[in-house]
Amino acid sequence: MQRERWQLQHQEHPSIDGIKSDTGTAPARGQEHRLPSGISNCTVGTLGFFREGMEYIRTPKIENVRLLDRVSSKKASAGSLYLTATHLIFVEHLSESRKETWILHSQICAVEKQATTATGCPLLIRCKNFQVIQFIISQERDCHDIYISLIRLSRPVKYEELYCFSFNPKQEKNERGRGWNLTDLKAEYNRMGVPNSLWQVSHVNRDYGVCDTYPAELYVPKSASTPVIVGSSKFRSRGRFPVLCYFCQDNNGAICRSSQPLSGFSARCLEDEQMLQAIRMSNPGSDFLYVVDTRPKLNAMANRAAGKGYENEDNYSNIKFHFIGIENIHVMRNSLQKLLDVCELRSPAMSVFLWGLESSGWLKHIKAIMDAGIFIAKAVAEEAASVLVHCSDGWDRTAQVCSIAGLLLDPFYRTLKGFMVLIEKDWVSFGHKFNHRYSHLDGDPREVSPVIDQFFDCVWQLMEQFPCAFEFNERFLVHIHHHVYSCQFGNFICNNNKESKELRLYGSSLQLKY
Amino acid sequence: MEFVELIKTPRVDGAILHRPFQPRVEGTLCLTGHHLILSSRQDNNEELWLLHSNIDAIEKRLVRLELRVIMINLFSLQALSTLDSTTLMYPFFYRPMFEVLEDGWHSFLPEHEFTLLSAMTDEWRLSYINKDFTVCTSYPPIVIVPKSIDDETLKKVATFRQGGRFPVLSYYHKKNGMVMMHSAQPLTGTNGRRCKEDEKLINATLRAGKRGYIIDTRSANAAQQAKTKGGGFEQEAHYPQWRRIHKSIERYHILQESLIKLVEASNDQSHNMDRWLSKLEASSWLTHVKEILTTSCLAAQCIDREGASVLVHGSEGIDSTLQVTSLAHIILDPESRTINGFEALVEREWLQAGHPFQQRCAQSAYSNSKQKNEAPTFLLFLDCCWQMQRQFPCSFEFNEQFLVVLFEHAYASQFGTFLGNNENERRKLKLQQKTVSLWSWINRPKELEKYLNPLYEANSLVIWPSVAPQSLQLWEGVFLRWNRSSKYLDEAWDEIIHIIEYNKDLQAKVNALRRQLAELQTEDGELERP
Repeated sequence: MQRERWQLQHQEHPSIDGIKSDTGTAPARGQEHRLPSGISNCTVGTLGFFREGMEYIRTPKIENVRLLDRVSSKKASAGSLYLTATHLIFVEHLSESRKETWILHSQICAVEKQATTATGCPLLIRCKNFQVIQFIISQERDCHDIYISLIRLSRPVKYEELYCFSFNPKQEKNERGRGWNLTDLKAEYNRMGVPNSLWQVSHVNRDYGVCDTYPAELYVPKSASTPVIVGSSKFRSRGRFPVLCYFCQDNNGAICRSSQPLSGFSARCLEDEQMLQAIRMSNPGSDFLYVVDTRPKLNAMANRAAGKGYENEDNYSNIKFHFIGIENIHVMRNSLQKLLDVCELRSPAMSVFLWGLESSGWLKHIKAIMDAGIFIAKAVAEEAASVLVHCSDGWDRTAQVCSIAGLLLDPFYRTLKGFMVLIEKDWVSFGHKFNHRYSHLDGDPREVSPVIDQFFDCVWQLMEQFPCAFEFNERFLVHIHHHVYSCQFGNFICNNNKESKELRLYGSSLQLKY
Repeated sequence: MEFVELIKTPRVDGAILHRPFQPRVEGTLCLTGHHLILSSRQDNNEELWLLHSNIDAIEKRLVRLELRVIMINLFSLQALSTLDSTTLMYPFFYRPMFEVLEDGWHSFLPEHEFTLLSAMTDEWRLSYINKDFTVCTSYPPIVIVPKSIDDETLKKVATFRQGGRFPVLSYYHKKNGMVMMHSAQPLTGTNGRRCKEDEKLINATLRAGKRGYIIDTRSANAAQQAKTKGGGFEQEAHYPQWRRIHKSIERYHILQESLIKLVEASNDQSHNMDRWLSKLEASSWLTHVKEILTTSCLAAQCIDREGASVLVHGSEGIDSTLQVTSLAHIILDPESRTINGFEALVEREWLQAGHPFQQRCAQSAYSNSKQKNEAPTFLLFLDCCWQMQRQFPCSFEFNEQFLVVLFEHAYASQFGTFLGNNENERRKLKLQQKTVSLWSWINRPKELEKYLNPLYEANSLVIWPSVAPQSLQLWEGVFLRWNRSSKYLDEAWDEIIHIIEYNKDLQAKVNALRRQLAELQTEDGELERP
């Protein structure tokens, strides 16, 4: 984390957003009051939020705004602030390069209007990518207008309002399709060597009837019949029964994932026991199955009182049960907040910083996730064993841990394409709740948590330790991280596959081309 | 004394060496006058040579059959690793197996440095006042002082500064002609003694109407307390053109304790994040790094940004003072970021300037014998250099390995460079005649190429390092290198070197093809003309 960018990042032009490439015009010098490059060509979406968004804009342009420098509070650059339906844009007046700072509304996490001072009215904007920007607006009224507009614009209430539905960089329809087909999960499972004599495709969830947060196509042991699958799904939280997540061709070791069993204090389910047995039998070389519960033991035990819980070793034949204590989303949310508070301190003493870093617990949590990933990867690679991983619902910690294990085991996931596939497979397809976790739409703040942020931090740690093992660099991680929050592309919008299908994201928005 | 008397058993068979990340080695342990050698006797690669002076502490553990023999050996080892006579140390016995191309003892002569300076300014002169080490025992025989100050005045100033360390030139900033000087504290005492000559000397370095800064590396409190022991600081009343700034940099045993705690934390194998971070914090090592870098930045800022001259001192002027002046040097002067320039800097600002290497580096972090003269002053300086190197990866001609080598040789070496506490002692020991210089070895092209930074591109600008805690990191290359493998990082460096060489090749090819094309075009032109 120490390598995070501490300085305010000015985006000269959002070439990563793809807008710049549209305009094709180089910024002309000398024009004093000119719209930021790209605005005029920002294509209006068909769904009309652009029009709708315009309604919330009370003041589209404010003069005499100053942007404070994060490094030294004395320095500030003067310029104009523009508010569009999708961006807040600051254009510097004096500098030769007419530096532009673009902030997507969907990146905005919090807006604070502070007490007016002699110099003007300060407006503090906190972004989800940890950028903090402070403007000083000379007129209190302007500041208030902007504040009210941003509050509304940064908290859309329905999916159609998100930027990805209006973002349209003039791309041919077939090119768009190509983007979406880039990460074909069927091809990915084929690459792993499934279906084969041990594993098969199951269409039991064709209409999302068995589990509405799973994808339609799932890979299960050949010996698991439909009644076993359905029975097992009824014994698991939200119907998330054990399915294949990674298969190691060399030794038949498999990583499977699920949610917690509804075992309570003594409940059993024959089908679920058969399901686990089927997974174990699908690895002929191993006579046991690891079951990894990524929660702290205390949390798992507390769940039993609510009729949930964990597998009893006595009821399942030949399983080895393990707890790996990764804390829940609420602990992680608080940890991040503490970490950000420490990072925001202005010139802290070394001991204050280190103490704050420690008490945030962030690195401790990162280590817990890595430890779990290493445990699973070692079980597969060194013991040729299969592993079933779950937490509570199996869409946060399980996603983190499975994808880290995948990265450790399979060099393919360390390539550019492989990493995209990994995210599409372990996160998007298995129903990681992007909308809730990253608050794309106005929702319950208790659902928000930096789950995928932690995964990216883990990957960064690995990249630090194995600099030659990854095809991509730190910038790529930061870029994806940005777009998890940007809502500019359709990938990371919904909570699960079913929602995406209903939204028809495929046709109406763009795939992040990474 | 003969080494033979100390070595009870020269050879032990069946010794086992345990190393992290590598298979254990079984072999024969041999004890010589200066080395402990373990040889597997199977292939020549598996050999460990350990210099006795590198041995910090010895513990008896895992000793079974050869208990007696090893015990005897342990006593010998203890005796050998704590030789008290300098002349029995290895550098006096070491004969180079390489051809000395350029004698390092003569690589950085003060006269040569001065010719470089006199090309830029004529306000300074060389003074031979200390040629018999009578004025100041810890200064070199030749120092650079303002031209307008004669030797008689210098002698008087020397009596007013602790240890006779009168202000001398440390750095001349070409850009604006500002200078940095170092000295020891003035001996004002409780009754506020003053010395007209001292005032005259340091005022001579100021331009008309300009002010200067005195950076005292002690806190205001500590400086005040020093008065009771006869020391003190420059009173504003007597030095009206100078502004005094106090910056607290720790020294002596506080630093040594910090190092001991840090090394202990680094060796802690219990895998617990919280414990690691608290131990790192409790060692305060990074706090010291931050303090030193901050003060150095301040000195550099005064010179480059404020256009003012600077005098740096602490109490004795041989520890924190030198850290600050040498680091400010690196910030300001691109030349000192080259290998040769850095060596010259170490030679001038550390060896010649009288940093007591032999006292400070006698024992390292494992030693349990408490001696108050040890302090990792030089290691902290190298750590600060590493922090800057990490923040400006393209601005240094040398790599991390170069800094590590200097650290190792400061503590234990076959070369005489870091022996003795000052130039005076080195002359008495006749090091130049009897030992080999480290620079003679490093500066051979074959050795030098190990220390080159492939990313280096000469950067003529001042570099301003960030001193925010977020920007400072633990120097893994020194503190964690025995506990974790650097295999993958080495691989990455090899890859970088490979890419850069490949790029150079391609560039050369492009140039050749362009030339060829140009030739062909002119030929075409000539053919068409008639």
